Amino acid sequence: MSESKLLHVEVWRGAAEGKFQSFDVPRREHQTVLDVVTQIQREQDATLSYRFACRVGMCGSCAMVVNGRPRWTCRTRVSTAVKADGRLRLEPLKNFTVVKDLAVEMTDFFDKNRDAKGYFEPHKSWQDLSQRQFEIVPPASPQRQAADAGIECIGCGVCHSACDVVAWNEDYLGPAALNRAWTLVNDVRDGGQEARLGAISGSAGCHACHTHMNCTQFCPKGIAPTYSIAGLKRAMVSRALGRSAR
Amino acid sequence: MTAALFIAQRLSAAVLAFAVTVHLATILYAVRTGLTAEEVLGRTRENVWFLAFYLLFVLAIAIHAPIGLRNIAREWTNWRGRSLDVALAIVAVVLLLLGVRAALAVYLPIAMYLR
Ligand code: SF4
Ligand code: SF4
Ligand code: FES
Repeated sequence: MSESKLLHVEVWRGAAEGKFQSFDVPRREHQTVLDVVTQIQREQDATLSYRFACRVGMCGSCAMVVNGRPRWTCRTRVSTAVKADGRLRLEPLKNFTVVKDLAVEMTDFFDKNRDAKGYFEPHKSWQDLSQRQFEIVPPASPQRQAADAGIECIGCGVCHSACDVVAWNEDYLGPAALNRAWTLVNDVRDGGQEARLGAISGSAGCHACHTHMNCTQFCPKGIAPTYSIAGLKRAMVSRALGRSAR
Repeated sequence: MTAALFIAQRLSAAVLAFAVTVHLATILYAVRTGLTAEEVLGRTRENVWFLAFYLLFVLAIAIHAPIGLRNIAREWTNWRGRSLDVALAIVAVVLLLLGVRAALAVYLPIAMYLR
């Protein structure tokens, strides 16, 4: 591909209110969407705000809406994202408050991990040093496998941006936090299940999911939060039935 | 509470999947074989199986529909809390009463329904 070709890019400027600004960026082979944004910021308009760190799909900071779809921009090639007319339209993630241009406020999103009790809680017995022992988790056990399926989340917010239920109900814990909770439900070393299942059973919890699968379709890590949420629904039902039987 | 509603919603959906199928099949049968109202009532009156089936059907509707409406209201409007729950409890009772009345109407041997 010749380097003289230009790519027409429209970039969101502003916050909740704003408008698109047009740029022409030299087209390069194997160019990523993040390369395009960086070219604009370095060569054309230093006031453009965006976020990235690792550039290799590990940190989860570079997600944006690219031609209407949420994507990790450092690992999205321009060639897979552009429409037939060769245009590229870049917007901040949906369902997040825009700080400026392509950078969004992630605090509420990360707080939902906490609200879903998406963190490891050691068993009570671990507080007694003499009781501590090495806990063996066989890699082939169903629980370990279920946790494995969801553990590689990089917290990019792509699923959160893709989920309509998040758009309808800002309290909804969302696919990422619920997926995280599900990995911990399957952690046999964890002692905080009662509180966790309580947290995900509330009115903003797993039952609100419509099984749209948007999250699963767009997750760049190939995680299926939809299935994790289905698992949580089963766990919630078992807990509720277990309670009434007791 | 949420978990209980979720379970009630799923269980009633399972009942409805069965009941709606039977209900539609029965309607098709009655229409296609050209049964008169009198013939239909001849089969439904004092038929406890028929009554039991429709009471179950009505109960499933009265559980399923309000929970679904509650979810829709909570997603599409700002209506939450006690007033919403009370309003939908009323919907449930109304559905139940109307449904039971309809089932009894074709079950009870009351001549006035034959006019
Ligand atoms: S499957 Fe559930 S969490 Fe995922 S996008 Fe759909 S509603 Fe949201
Ligand atoms: S589940 Fe996937 S899309 Fe959602 S935050 Fe994690 S890596 Fe990103
Ligand atoms: S920059 Fe780290 S995931 Fe894209």
